[in-house]
Amino acid sequence: MSNEIELIKDPGLPAHVHRSTDTDPKAAARAERQVAILFGLSALGTITLIYSYIFIKDDVFVFIPILGQTHLQQLGIGLGMALALFCIGAGLIHWAKTLMPDEEVIAQRHEFRSEDEDRSEFIKTVKEGASAAGLGRRPLIKTTLGAALGLSALSPILLLRDLGPLPKDDLSKTSWKAGTRLVTDPGDRPLRPEDLEVGAVAQTLPEIEAGAHRSLADIGKDAVLLIRLRPEEFNLDAERLSWTHEGIIAFSKICSHMGCAVALYEQQTKHLLCPCHQSTFDVTRAAKVIFGPSARPLPQLAITVDADGYLVAQAPFTEPVGPSFWERSS
Amino acid sequence: MTARERIAGNVAGYVDDRTGAAKWMKKNLTKVFPDHWSFLLGEICLYSFVILLLSGTFLTFWFDPSMREVVYEGSYEPLKGLEMSAAYASTLDISFEVRGGLLMRQIHHWAALIFMVGIVVHLMRVYFTGAFRKPREFNWIIGVGLLTLGIVEGFLGYSLPDDLLSGTGIRIAEAIIQALPLVGSYLAFFAFDGAFPGTAFIPRIYTVHVLLLPGIFLALITVHLMLVWYQKHTQFPGPGRTEKNVVGYPLMPVYMAKAGGFFFIVFGVTAFLGAVASINPIWLYGPYTPGQVSAGSQPDWYMGWLDGLVRMAPPIETHALGHTISWNILIPGLILPGIMFTGLALYPFIESWATGDKREHHLLDRPRNTPNRTAIGVMALTFTLVSLINGGNDIIATTFHLTINQMMWFSRIAIIVLPPIAFIITKRLCLSLQRADRDLVLHGRETGRLVRMPSGEFVEVHEPISAEKAWLLTSHEQLAPLELPEHDASGVRRAGLIKNKIRNRVSRAAAVAVPKATETERRELEGHH
Ligand code: HEM
Ligand code: FES
Repeated sequence: MSNEIELIKDPGLPAHVHRSTDTDPKAAARAERQVAILFGLSALGTITLIYSYIFIKDDVFVFIPILGQTHLQQLGIGLGMALALFCIGAGLIHWAKTLMPDEEVIAQRHEFRSEDEDRSEFIKTVKEGASAAGLGRRPLIKTTLGAALGLSALSPILLLRDLGPLPKDDLSKTSWKAGTRLVTDPGDRPLRPEDLEVGAVAQTLPEIEAGAHRSLADIGKDAVLLIRLRPEEFNLDAERLSWTHEGIIAFSKICSHMGCAVALYEQQTKHLLCPCHQSTFDVTRAAKVIFGPSARPLPQLAITVDADGYLVAQAPFTEPVGPSFWERSS
Repeated sequence: MTARERIAGNVAGYVDDRTGAAKWMKKNLTKVFPDHWSFLLGEICLYSFVILLLSGTFLTFWFDPSMREVVYEGSYEPLKGLEMSAAYASTLDISFEVRGGLLMRQIHHWAALIFMVGIVVHLMRVYFTGAFRKPREFNWIIGVGLLTLGIVEGFLGYSLPDDLLSGTGIRIAEAIIQALPLVGSYLAFFAFDGAFPGTAFIPRIYTVHVLLLPGIFLALITVHLMLVWYQKHTQFPGPGRTEKNVVGYPLMPVYMAKAGGFFFIVFGVTAFLGAVASINPIWLYGPYTPGQVSAGSQPDWYMGWLDGLVRMAPPIETHALGHTISWNILIPGLILPGIMFTGLALYPFIESWATGDKREHHLLDRPRNTPNRTAIGVMALTFTLVSLINGGNDIIATTFHLTINQMMWFSRIAIIVLPPIAFIITKRLCLSLQRADRDLVLHGRETGRLVRMPSGEFVEVHEPISAEKAWLLTSHEQLAPLELPEHDASGVRRAGLIKNKIRNRVSRAAAVAVPKATETERRELEGHH
C-alpha cells in the first residue's frame, strides 16, 4: 500500500540569482566604497577613544537624556571603542555579502560509522586487547587495582582537609553571655530603655573592650535587633515575656532561613521582613513565621538591665542563630 | 598572477614545506558551512567568551582579591573613610581611578550576560530543531556542561567585588552548603576557612573564577568546536538539501569574513552597552557586612530562577533525633536544579529510547513536526520562567501594586499548573500548524481574490505554492510508533513488560501527527476540480 503513494519530490537547489554587484561594475564599485567608508568610520572611533583617554579630564560630567549625569571620559572611550569595533565588523560582513562569491556550494557527507570490515576489526582488536590483559582471568589483579584506584581518589580529598577548621560547636555559639551589654551598631554606645521610643528599632551588637576588633564572622552571628512595643501588645507565654524588658524585645537579626540580615520592620503591622526571600516574622508572637520560606522563628535573646540601667543580655541565646544545619537539634 | 596572489601562494608553500599540512588545509579551507541566522547563536557565545577573557584579564591587573580590611581613601566621596575589604576598595578604584576601568567592568559584566543569554538561546535552537540527535549527543552534553559552569562562573564573578549585594549572594550560597545533611557544616567551614564570611573566600573563588573555570571552558569549547567541524554542521530542510550533503558557503573567504566580522560586531555592541548602560554600580551598595542588606536584593538573571524557586518553597524542615533537614533549602536549592539539569543532559538518550530512532540525522526538524518534543521544551521553559518571575516577586509586587502574598501563591500554583497546560497548548498548536501546512500543499495559498462561478456562488481563488515550498512542507519523515510486542511468540509475557508498555505509550504519543500531503493526494484533488 505504502509504495503506491507518491511523495512530493525534491525540486533540487534553486537556480542561483546574481546580485547587482556581480553584474554591474558600478554597483560593485559602490559596494567597495561603502566598505571603505565603514573601515574609515572605525578609524574615527579609535581616534575618539585616544582623544577621550588623553584630553578629557576625569571630573567632567555631562547631562545626557535617558543616560542622566554621565562621566564624559568613560563615555568617550566607550563609544569610540564601540564604533571602532562595530565598523570593522560591519565592513567585513558587507564586503563578504556584496563582493565575495555568493554561490552556494554542495559538499557531501559520509556516515560516521566505519566500513563493516574496519569496524569488526576494530572491535576485535579491542576485545583481544582486553582479553590479552586478562583482567577477567586474574581476579586478584582486578580487585587490587580497583581498590588501589579507589583509595588513591581519597588523597585529593584528604589533601584539601586543611582548607578550614572543623566546625565544632561554632555554629551554635555567639558572643552573647549573661550580662553582655547591647551597644548600638554603628556607634558602639550602650543603650538604656529610655533611648528607645515605642515603635522604634535599634540594631545592636555585644559590647567589646575598647580597641578590640569585631570580625565580620562575629557580626554575622551576633547582630541583634531591638524593638520597642507597648507591653500589652505582646502575645507571649510567661517565659518569653520575661525575656523582654519594658516592652523591648530582642531578636537575632540573622534570618533563620538563609542568613540574610532581617532588615525591614513594618511599624503598623509589627512585622519583621527579610528582603532576601520575604520571610515575615510577627514581633508580637516571638517572631513566629507568618509568611515565606523560613521554617523557624528568629531566635529571641533574653534581655534585662544591669545595675547602671543599661540593657544587657540575661543569658546567651538558647538556640543557634542563622540558617539550619545538620547538627542543629531543634 | 598579481603580486599579492604570489605572496599568498608563497606563504601557503612555506607552511606546507614545514608541516605537510597542504592536504588537510585544502580540505578544510573549502569546508562548507550552511547559513542561517540561528547558527550565529553559538558564535555569539564564543565571541563573548573571548571578550570575557580580554576584559577579565584587564580587570585582574588592578583587582585585589583580598578580604583584608582597608580604609577607603579614593575619590568617591560618600564612602571615604569607611572600612571595607581590599577587594571592594580595588573594585571602586577600577571604577573611579583607572581610565576606562568602569567601561571594562561594565563590558565584562555585559559580556557575561550576553554569554549566558547566548548559551540559553543556542540551546533552545539546538533543542527545538532536534540538532542534538545522533551523532551530536556529545556536543549536547558539553553544551549542558558549559551552561552549568557558566552559571557558576557568573555567580563567582559577581561575588568578587565583595559589595553588600554580592556578599548577600555568598551568604545564601553558604546556607545551601550548610544545609547538606551530614557533611554540610564541615563543607561550609572548609570552603570559608571557618565561620562565614571569614577572610579566605574571595581569594579562593578568585582562583576558580580566573584560572580553573576559564581553563575548563577553553577545553570544553575547543572540543565542542572540533566536533562541529568534524561532524559538519546540521542544515535546515529545503530544496536540494539532504541527509547526505551540506549546502552553504566555503570557509575561505566568505565564511571567514562573515564570522570574523561578526566577532567585531558582537564586541562593538558589548562595548556600546558598556559605554552607555550602567550595570552593577557597586559603589551604591556599600561594602559587605553580614548585619546589613540592600532592599530588593536581586541576583543576575541566570541565577534568578534559582532564587525564585527558593522564594516559593514551602517552609518545611524536619527535626528528628537531634538533627535538622531543611527541605525548604534542599528542594529548591539542590534537588530540583539537579533533576532539571540531569533531565536536560539526558534528553537525547531519553528521546531516542522512546522513539527507537537510532539513525544519524543531519537535517533539522521544524519544531511543529515534532509536537511532543516541542511541547516538552515549552513545558520546561514555562517552569523556568515562572521561577524566574518569582525571583523578582518583590519588584513585580511593588510595580503592579500586588501583595507579596498574592505573588507567592500565584507562583506556587502556577509552577504546578502552567507547565502541563503549556504542554497541551503547544502540542495542539503544532498539530494545527501541521494541518495548515497540509492544506497549503493540497489547496494552495489563499489569494483573497473572489471569482463568481457560473452557478452564481463566489469562491476564493487559490494559487498553487511553488515546488520548493511544497517540498519544504512535506520533506520531513513521520515516524511510526514502536509497538513493541508485549508477549513473545509462544504467548508468554515478556520480561520488562512494564518498561515496554511505557515505551509503547511514549512512542505513540511522540508519533501523533497530521499525515503530510502527498503527490498522490494532490493529483486526486486536481482530478476532482
Ligand atoms: C565565562 C566566563 C566569565 C563570566 C561569566 C564572568 C562573569 C563575571 C561577572 C558577572 C563579574 C562581576 C563584574 C562586576 O560587575 O563587577 C566578574 C568579575 C570579574 N571577573 Fe569575570 N567572568 C568570566 C571570565 C573571566 C575571566 C576569564 C577573567 C580573567 C582572566 C575574569 C576576571 C574577573 C575579575 C578580575 C573580576 C572582578 C573585578 C570586578 O568585578 O571589577 N573573568 N566576572
Ligand atoms: S534569608 Fe531571609 S528569607 Fe531567605
